[in-house]
Amino acid sequence: MDFMVFQYPMITVQACLDGILLGILFALIAYGMALQWGVMNIINIAQGDLVILGGYIAYFMYLYGIHPAWGVIVAPVIMYFLGVLIYKLVINKVVDRDLFISILATFGISILFMQLMNFAFGADVVLANSDYGTTMLFNNNVVLPNSKLFSAFISILFAICLVIYMKKSKLGRAIRATAQNARAAKILGVDTEKVYAATFGINAALCGVAGALISITFTIHPYMGLPYTIRSFMIVIVAGLGNLPGVAMSGMGLGVFEEFADYILGTEFRIGSVFLLLVLILVYRRFKLSRKREYLK
Amino acid sequence: MNKNNLILYSGILIFGLAAPFLFPAFKVQLSILCVLIVLATTWNIQGGEMGYNSFGNILFYGLGMYLCASVQVGMFFPLAEWTESGGEKTFVHTPAQFFQGMAVGLVVAAIVPTIIAGLIGYSILGLRGHYFAICTLGLGVAAGEISGGIEIIGAGQGFTTPPFPDVGSLEARGEFFYFLSFFTLILTFIAVRSIYSTRFKLILNAIRDNEDKAEAMGIETMKYKIIGWMISAFFCGLAGGIMGGLVGYIDSTDVAFDGREMGVFMVLMAILGGKGTLWGPIIGATIFHIFKEGFWTFFLGWQYVALGVLIVVIVIYFPEGIMGWLREKYPERFGEVVDEKDRKAQVEL
Repeated sequence: MDFMVFQYPMITVQACLDGILLGILFALIAYGMALQWGVMNIINIAQGDLVILGGYIAYFMYLYGIHPAWGVIVAPVIMYFLGVLIYKLVINKVVDRDLFISILATFGISILFMQLMNFAFGADVVLANSDYGTTMLFNNNVVLPNSKLFSAFISILFAICLVIYMKKSKLGRAIRATAQNARAAKILGVDTEKVYAATFGINAALCGVAGALISITFTIHPYMGLPYTIRSFMIVIVAGLGNLPGVAMSGMGLGVFEEFADYILGTEFRIGSVFLLLVLILVYRRFKLSRKREYLK
Repeated sequence: MNKNNLILYSGILIFGLAAPFLFPAFKVQLSILCVLIVLATTWNIQGGEMGYNSFGNILFYGLGMYLCASVQVGMFFPLAEWTESGGEKTFVHTPAQFFQGMAVGLVVAAIVPTIIAGLIGYSILGLRGHYFAICTLGLGVAAGEISGGIEIIGAGQGFTTPPFPDVGSLEARGEFFYFLSFFTLILTFIAVRSIYSTRFKLILNAIRDNEDKAEAMGIETMKYKIIGWMISAFFCGLAGGIMGGLVGYIDSTDVAFDGREMGVFMVLMAILGGKGTLWGPIIGATIFHIFKEGFWTFFLGWQYVALGVLIVVIVIYFPEGIMGWLREKYPERFGEVVDEKDRKAQVEL
């Protein structure tokens, strides 16, 4: 236990800023999860592994001498087609089945990806160095890497683009219609199969962007996928489906929580505290709803 | 129990008792198989019969593993020193101490997870469907991460369980653990079989089929859900304690709270055999274990890739499992009355 946080206000400022910038990234991943959950009623356990895969794409560009920031454009393109491929191979067989089946099937995909990445890229913790330097704030007491600012800016940019796309484009309208009522959309001539594939692809592309940004700002490792899945799941159940400001807010809140848990409990309990927080949130909501004799749906 | 069943059970019993002498090279594999069957069968109590698909039974398994080993060491030697310095080199259990410690350890390993399941049951089992699944997944992983940070049970570097004492015979260790796990298996089977012949099983099935209606019929569903989970936890803890001694080394995320392996295995075995049947998990675990050992030997290094593909294939193409498939094919054997006209009509359609 370390209560330095409360004695030195600058550490608090540092943790809050780090947490918010990290949380924006979480919110981007969570938005993808909310999208596929809302549209096709699937909980994708492999979400985090898609993120890590996107990170490795950026890392590979870095290894071959291309600036990793270009990964932000390359990764989503590759991940989109990968997402559509996964949809065609596996997901379209579990879409209209029990949710537990989809959880198990994506768990299988997650294990598969984790291991393939382990073979392809090795089990080392890696990061793609962007050489963006750092910004010092408050009399050099708070260190802010520019790469984190860059990643937050790009995430917000992608989120805004996506929201506009969902509102204005034809496909976006079809996706929203399918989310509201798949059967009615089908009757009115929407090719739901295509919409599902596109949704899964868009989700994978978002994961690719987030992964590329994570490989620039933080570190990636083949086995680090599951915590990202749990984080995005947590953000979605706190914010609710289709509540974008809520997703952004709870993402940032989670980021700040994690930074403080890191300072107070120690780094070895960081992931553990995320998982415990998930359990606590679910239990809290269960008790809140049970007063009205309802349950989480 | 009719005559056929009697012959079947005594055949299995005799085979089980003779197996370590017939196949002395496979003793460890057979013990692991017994543990796997116990895990799959008890997962089936709340996963298959009650409809609460849990990824978190690994929590009780890992707890049992740590508790059994800690009690076995802590009864005779200081636990902190043991884990800090690789104590098995400085402290040696005499045979009497080892077996005494193991007995007490297994009792603790079974009781404590049961109590914990009872305590957290009220909060966790109020969640339904996929929320329950994800919440228990979180519980299992959180337990692994947290136990990996606790110094007294070895933290990240792991915990060596007491080595088997020298009792004169080299075969003794394998035989001891085989019979221990085999008797646990028999105990589990008898317990589960007697549970499945009572009203309790019908209540569990009612909860699975429609919980709201079951509640409306006047069943206190929460009480039965907690009891069902506690029964699972009891046997999971016991299995974990045995497995800890068998493996000889406990690591927080790779052996004890191994949600990625054992936690998914138990779900998979039950689904492969057929959820919600007595024999399904047993058949599923046996086939899965043979399959897995084949993979682990021939595709060394690629085993997890194979496992991932296996999960996807089983879940997509075999969601009803082997028993479900048999039931569809030979409904008469399962006591279902089939109308010949009905069947013909279906074929014509």
